[in-house]
Amino acid sequence: MRRLGFGLALTLAAWPVWADTVSTFKLDNGMDVVVIEDHRAPVVVHMVWYKIGAADETPGHSGIAHFLEHLMFQGTKDVAPGDLSKIVAAQGGSDNAFTTLDYTAYFQRVAADRLGLVMKLESDRMHNLNLTEDDVTTERKVILDERTERTDSNPGALLSEQMAAAQYMNHPYGIPVIGWRHEMEALSRQDALDFYHANYAPNNAILVVAGDVKPDDVLALAKQYYGPIPPSDAIKPRIRPTEPPQLAERRLVLADARVAQPYVVRSYLATERNPGDQRQAAAISLLAELLGGSGTTSVLAKALQFDTQRAVYASASYDGVSVDADTFSLVVVPVPGESLADAEKAMDEVVAKFMKDGVNAADFARIKTQVMAAQIYARDNTQGLAREYGAALAVGLSVKDVQDWPDLLQSITADEVMAAAKLVLNRHNAVTGYLTTEEAAQ
Amino acid sequence: MTLFRSIFVLILLALPVHAEIAIQEVTSPGGIKAWLVEEHGIPFTALEIRFLGGTSLDAPGKRGAVNLMTALIEEGAGDLDSQGFATARDALAAEFHFSSDQDGVGVSAKFLTSNRDQAVDLLHLALTKPRFDADAVERVRGQVLSGLASDAKDPDSIGGNLLRKRAYGDHPYGTVGDGTMDSVKALSRDDIVAAFKGSVARDRIYVSAAGDITAAQLGAMLDKLLGDLPAKGAAQPGQAVLNTKAGVLRQDFPGPQTAISFYQAGIRFDDPDYFAATILNEILGGGGFSSRLMDEVREKRGLTYGIGTTLADFDHAEMLTGSVATANDNAAEAIKVIRDVWADVAKNGVTQKELDDTKTFMTGAYPLRFDGNGRIASILVGMQILGLPADYPATRNQRVEAVTLADVKRVAAKLLTPDQLVFVVVGAAKGVKATE
Repeated sequence: MRRLGFGLALTLAAWPVWADTVSTFKLDNGMDVVVIEDHRAPVVVHMVWYKIGAADETPGHSGIAHFLEHLMFQGTKDVAPGDLSKIVAAQGGSDNAFTTLDYTAYFQRVAADRLGLVMKLESDRMHNLNLTEDDVTTERKVILDERTERTDSNPGALLSEQMAAAQYMNHPYGIPVIGWRHEMEALSRQDALDFYHANYAPNNAILVVAGDVKPDDVLALAKQYYGPIPPSDAIKPRIRPTEPPQLAERRLVLADARVAQPYVVRSYLATERNPGDQRQAAAISLLAELLGGSGTTSVLAKALQFDTQRAVYASASYDGVSVDADTFSLVVVPVPGESLADAEKAMDEVVAKFMKDGVNAADFARIKTQVMAAQIYARDNTQGLAREYGAALAVGLSVKDVQDWPDLLQSITADEVMAAAKLVLNRHNAVTGYLTTEEAAQ
Repeated sequence: MTLFRSIFVLILLALPVHAEIAIQEVTSPGGIKAWLVEEHGIPFTALEIRFLGGTSLDAPGKRGAVNLMTALIEEGAGDLDSQGFATARDALAAEFHFSSDQDGVGVSAKFLTSNRDQAVDLLHLALTKPRFDADAVERVRGQVLSGLASDAKDPDSIGGNLLRKRAYGDHPYGTVGDGTMDSVKALSRDDIVAAFKGSVARDRIYVSAAGDITAAQLGAMLDKLLGDLPAKGAAQPGQAVLNTKAGVLRQDFPGPQTAISFYQAGIRFDDPDYFAATILNEILGGGGFSSRLMDEVREKRGLTYGIGTTLADFDHAEMLTGSVATANDNAAEAIKVIRDVWADVAKNGVTQKELDDTKTFMTGAYPLRFDGNGRIASILVGMQILGLPADYPATRNQRVEAVTLADVKRVAAKLLTPDQLVFVVVGAAKGVKATE
């Protein structure tokens, strides 16, 4: 068992001290424990993150990670189907879960004196899941409906799905988290149980507890509830198929009668934040902020929405919290009457001008202030903070990586941003998508 | 519905055994009082200011003036026009939010420790020298009118307006603070300036802060920010008298759904039975995990997706009110079930299990409200307006726990008046007869 204390010792040169009080432990069965103290109010957020996501599915079983997340609410021998959420609600709390390409997480938010109760429930379903054929049949219908509602009824979501499939030629990030419908339809109880037994174990999980708690008390509870669960010897490192060199831009047009607002979007492969090596990702983050972070003052918004009024919306985005290479995206929603080809041309002209002119010093100073402020305001939200640590650790980053990040962002120079831009904005690595109405496509 | 915006003030209730919110009572050198929770872990401060009065201060014939004025405070001040003010604010990474309701004008601000003085200067400019430029007035007036146009086609808004009028008559609570199409169109810049002078003054101010600021720093900041505001604003409205005569009001409206709202007399926050009434409301139709009305109207009969009741306490009146949406064919049955549940609880009270479950829910849900410095600052202002002691959060759950089954039964018999319910029905409801 080791305990590392962080937080109060961490001082930033340019900005005030972060006062996160973050402690980490490891249980004997390999489960990581992160405790984030926030004693402002007697509230606690309890999360369990499994280092398993849709990108870790067996080929042909797309959607199983998300399907299992739904099935985790079907109960155990001690808890009836659906009762976990009811028990938490009866305590005045809330609960939910989510699945991404890289991880699956379950969480509850309750009064701090009820931490033991939610830990009991969550640890129970880590190893005692009870699944009947009927539960699986019913819930399969639910995920198929979810796909219908969230993806198939939404042309924008369909375009994103098609673009991801084109962006990743070999890596499983090209497969949607919800799953391809024909494969979802075939997912069985046995598939779910196999995935559960192969991946749900304390040595593949991170416990994050944030709020009005003392680290030693959390550790004692974690030992009591999660400690007895045996580790699995089936957990393997996540080594996924990697991308070959991408030699040609891919271009897609998705035409759909339901499209009300056509737009053009381009994604580029972009390196992710890596343990101990986040500098380039930090530069890409600032690039996204400069180009399209604000709806009024960013380079794209200023040029396309205010100076020329050719777009109703223009932005850039990048996350970087992932196991493997992420994407950097640009989007422009043109004003009515402006074609997508012209909108794309205008977008490229703005980017080309940015590459030529470089970073405007006043913009850069404002962005850094806003980035710094966003990091500070984010710390007011305990649940958000728990999510930040949980997601980072679930993709292999460390607590130190999380705590270094704000300082790193402030230290990035304009030259580094431009170097990152040259590297990322490479059309060979890009997918350009048009979302359009059927008439316009003809 | 503006009428219900300030309910948050009442549902805030206590803190159990863990962290206690350490509230300091601060008086600035210039005499401005505030409550403060110091939290130096995160280098920013949330500041909450409330000027009592709000849209109820609209002058005769000027309905909507305070609402429009409030939306314009951030649209330019001093030598900064609308764009200039926004750029200055963003460069400081400060956040200002201005709002109004029937009882007050609210200012919620967040600013970094590193540029606090500049952010406070900018906010001071907005609170002392708003420009109310003609182009900004017309733009925001357009937004208000567009909101009113959609409200006119929204059954919930239509019902809210009918309920207000029926409940409070000629008191300002009897009409919506946004104003009418005609009244808003007729507002001049002078009306807006008058509304600002009437609303934003020192004699009606409640302030609190939470975050990275000491009591001494807060005191100095308050004098700088609020010290030169006018001493007096417009006279506050008097107490509203609730019309509790039973009745059913109808407004036909096309569509498959009927919106039903209902009310009866409420209970004041300072009434010794208030906590028992809160628990009673929670069991009857609270927003928790289950309630009598949810069981009877939704679970057993499938008449709706949701039904809820609220103990609404405003500065000048209180009511027990609720709402439900049903298919047109089910409206009559839903009303009957509500009356039956009302009569049953009034006569028989609630069960021990309902009481125990509700205490578990309420004591567990309470601390979840203290969700960040902004929420804490807002709750602190609400507490001051209600006249609560600064140690109240630490004792609130004990007050809930102290309520007995006999208390709830006694209060149910006293408070609930099944024969004096007023229903407002908007839609193509079948079998519902209006009585007025």
